[in-house]
Amino acid sequence: MSAVMLGMPTLPPPAPRGVGHLRGDESFPDAARHSLADTQLRANLGHATRTIRAKRASVVAELPDWEELREAGRQLKVHTMAHLPDYLEQLEAAVTARGGIVHWARDAAEANRIVTELVQAKGVDEVVKVKSMATQEIGLNEALEAAGISAWETDLAELIVQLGHDKPSHILVPAIHRNRSEIRQIFLDEMGDVDPDLTDEPSVLAGAARLHLRRKFLSAEVAISGANYAIAETGTIGVVESEGNGRMCLTLPQTLITVMGIEKLVPRYTDLEVFLQLLPRSSTGERMNPYTSMWTGITPDDGPQEFHLVLLDNGRTQVLADEEGRDALNCIRCSACLNVCPVYERAGGHAYGSVYPGPIGAILSPLLTGVEDNASLPFASSLCGACYDACPVKINIPEILVHLRARHTEEYAEEHTVPSVEAVAMSTLSFVMRDPRRWRLALRSGRLGRILGRRRGAIGEIPLPVVKQWTETRDLARPPQQTFRDWWAATHDGDRS
Amino acid sequence: MSEPTAREAVLGRIRDAHRLAPPPDLPYEAIARDYRRERSGTTEELVELLVDRLVDYKARVRRSTPAELAGTIAAALADQGVRTVAVPPGVEPGWFEQTDVEVRRDRPDEGAGLTVDELDGLDGVVTACALAVAETGTIVLDASPDQGRRLLTLVPDYHLCVVRADQVVPDVPQALALLDPVRPTTMISGPSATSDIELNRVEGVHGPRTLEVVVVS
Repeated sequence: MSAVMLGMPTLPPPAPRGVGHLRGDESFPDAARHSLADTQLRANLGHATRTIRAKRASVVAELPDWEELREAGRQLKVHTMAHLPDYLEQLEAAVTARGGIVHWARDAAEANRIVTELVQAKGVDEVVKVKSMATQEIGLNEALEAAGISAWETDLAELIVQLGHDKPSHILVPAIHRNRSEIRQIFLDEMGDVDPDLTDEPSVLAGAARLHLRRKFLSAEVAISGANYAIAETGTIGVVESEGNGRMCLTLPQTLITVMGIEKLVPRYTDLEVFLQLLPRSSTGERMNPYTSMWTGITPDDGPQEFHLVLLDNGRTQVLADEEGRDALNCIRCSACLNVCPVYERAGGHAYGSVYPGPIGAILSPLLTGVEDNASLPFASSLCGACYDACPVKINIPEILVHLRARHTEEYAEEHTVPSVEAVAMSTLSFVMRDPRRWRLALRSGRLGRILGRRRGAIGEIPLPVVKQWTETRDLARPPQQTFRDWWAATHDGDRS
Repeated sequence: MSEPTAREAVLGRIRDAHRLAPPPDLPYEAIARDYRRERSGTTEELVELLVDRLVDYKARVRRSTPAELAGTIAAALADQGVRTVAVPPGVEPGWFEQTDVEVRRDRPDEGAGLTVDELDGLDGVVTACALAVAETGTIVLDASPDQGRRLLTLVPDYHLCVVRADQVVPDVPQALALLDPVRPTTMISGPSATSDIELNRVEGVHGPRTLEVVVVS
C-alpha cells in the first residue's frame, strides 16, 4: 500500500463517556477526603495490604531468577504490543479454527451490545459471571440489567460487593475495604437463604457463598468471563483463579462468552512459563493459584459447546499511540502496585473513581479516557516508586505519572484561554530564575516570610488562593535571616563566583 | 465507501497508533530469557519438594508403591467416608480392587456421561494426572482418558488424584513444554480456596474442598 493510500494517521479515540466505569464523579482529592475520614476503612486496608505484602515478599524471595523473569515479562509485552495486528489476526484464526466465534468491539457500548444480543439469542434471563476487569470497565452488568438479564457475580469478593450494593475497590480483591464482620452482616442482610447463626469465621463465610451459588452454577446455561491471557499461536485462553467459581463458569454452562482487552495477548504457549510464575506470586502471594483453566475453542463433550470471544478496544489503541504512556497496556492486572502504594493504602480504591485504582489506575484510567477526563489521577501519587519495584512486568509507573502530569498541563493550556494559577506561578518563577539579579532579589524578599513565622518559628496556613491549599496541611520552616548567597559573599570575601 | 467493520476499525486504529508512536524493534527471538529453564533433581528430591508444597497448600498426601496402590486408595476413600465415586473412562479397574465403594464410570463416548446432577450426588472423584510440578505443588489435568472431562474433578467435593513419581517435573517451564495447548487443561494447586476475606487464604469454596494426592513410586 502506498503512503498516499494510508493517509495521515488519526489519533484513535478514547473510551467513550456515558458508559462503563472509568470516570469518577469527583476528583481524587475530594473523594479521598471521604475515605480518609473512615477509620474502619483505613484499618481494613492497612491490615489486608500488610498481609499481602509479607506473603508476596516471601514467595518472590524463593525465586533466585525473579528479576530475570520480570525482564522477560516486560520484553514479551513490548514485543507483543509492537506486533499486535498480526497476533490478533493469528488469535482470531486459531480460535475460529477450533470452533469459537470471534467478535470485535470498538468500545464499551459495542461490546455490551454484542454480549447482550448473544445472551438474548440463548433465550435466558440470567448468566453467571467470573470476575473480570474488562466487563467491569465496560459496565456490562448494568447493560445486561437494562435488557432484563440478571448477571450473577460468582467470585466471593465480587459477590460481597454486589450484595452490598457497593463498588469494587481493588483489582484482585474488590471487597478489600470490608472486614469479616462487615461481610457477615452483608450476607445476613442480603443472601436470603443464609443460616441465621452465621459466624464471621472466613471459612464459614466462604461456605455460605458456596451454598448460595451452588444451584446457580449447576443450572446456568450461559457464562461470561474475562481472560488473563490469550495465546495467539494456538487460540488458547486462560483464566487464573482461586475458588473454583471460574472453573464452574468455564466448564458447566453450554455457552461461554469471554470479553478480553486486545492487549491481553501472549505470542506462544511456552511464553506462559513467564507469566504463570510472575502472576500468582505478584497477586495473591502464592507460588501458584489454586486453579488455572485453559481452553481452546470448543472441545466436543467437554465444557461449553458454544464459545464467543469479544475483543475489546475501548481506548486501548489511544494508549498505544502515546509513546511514553503505552507501557501501561503491559499490565497483567496482578494488583501488586496497589498493595505497596502508600497512597492507595490510605485513600482506598473508591477514591480513584475508576475500576482501575491504585498506581496502575492512576495511569491507565487517564490514558484510556483522555487525561482531562481523569485529570486529578496522575497527581494521586508521591512518586515514591514502590509500584515500579513491585510491578512484575516493570511498568515505570512514576515516569508515566510525570508524563501524564505534563500532558494535563499542556492540554489544560490548550483548552483554556485564562492560564491556570499554577501556570502563572511557573512562568513567574521562570522569569525570576532566568536572571541572577532577579533571583537574588527574590531570595532576599523571602526573608519577609520571617514575619509570618515569627510566632511559632514556622509558617502555618496562609489564607490566599492556592497558597492556602498547600499551607493548610503543611508547615513551612521560618526562612533564615541570611540567604545562602549572602552568607557565601560574606564568608568568601565578596567572591560571587 | 462502506462503513468499516469493527474488526477493520480496531486493526486500523492499532496501525495508526503504531505510526503515531513507532514501537521499538524487538524480534521474538531477541527476547531475553535469562531465567531458569532447566532445573533438575533426582526423582526422590522432586517428589519430596512436591509433597512439601502440596501439604503447604493444605492438600492431603499419601505415599504408595505400585503394588500397594489399590490398598492406599481404599484406605483414603474409607478415611474420607466416601461411598460413591466418579471415575473417568481410562482409569484402571485395578485401582478399586480393595474397596467396596460404588464406582460410577463416566462414558461420554458411549452416550453414558454422568450428568451434573448425578455428579453433585456423588461423594468424590478419583483420577490420574498429566503431570505434576514440584516447585509450585501443582497437579495438571489435560482431560486424557484417565483424567476425564473437566466437570468430573469439579462438581464432587472430594478429589483423589494419583501421581506417578515419573510424572513429577521440577518447574513450570518444564511442565508447559510437555503439555498440549489445545487440550482443555486445568492446573490445580491445593483445594479450592479464597483470599477474598482480609487477604488471608481460606480453603474450601466452590471447587472440591478436599484434595488428596497419592504419590506412587
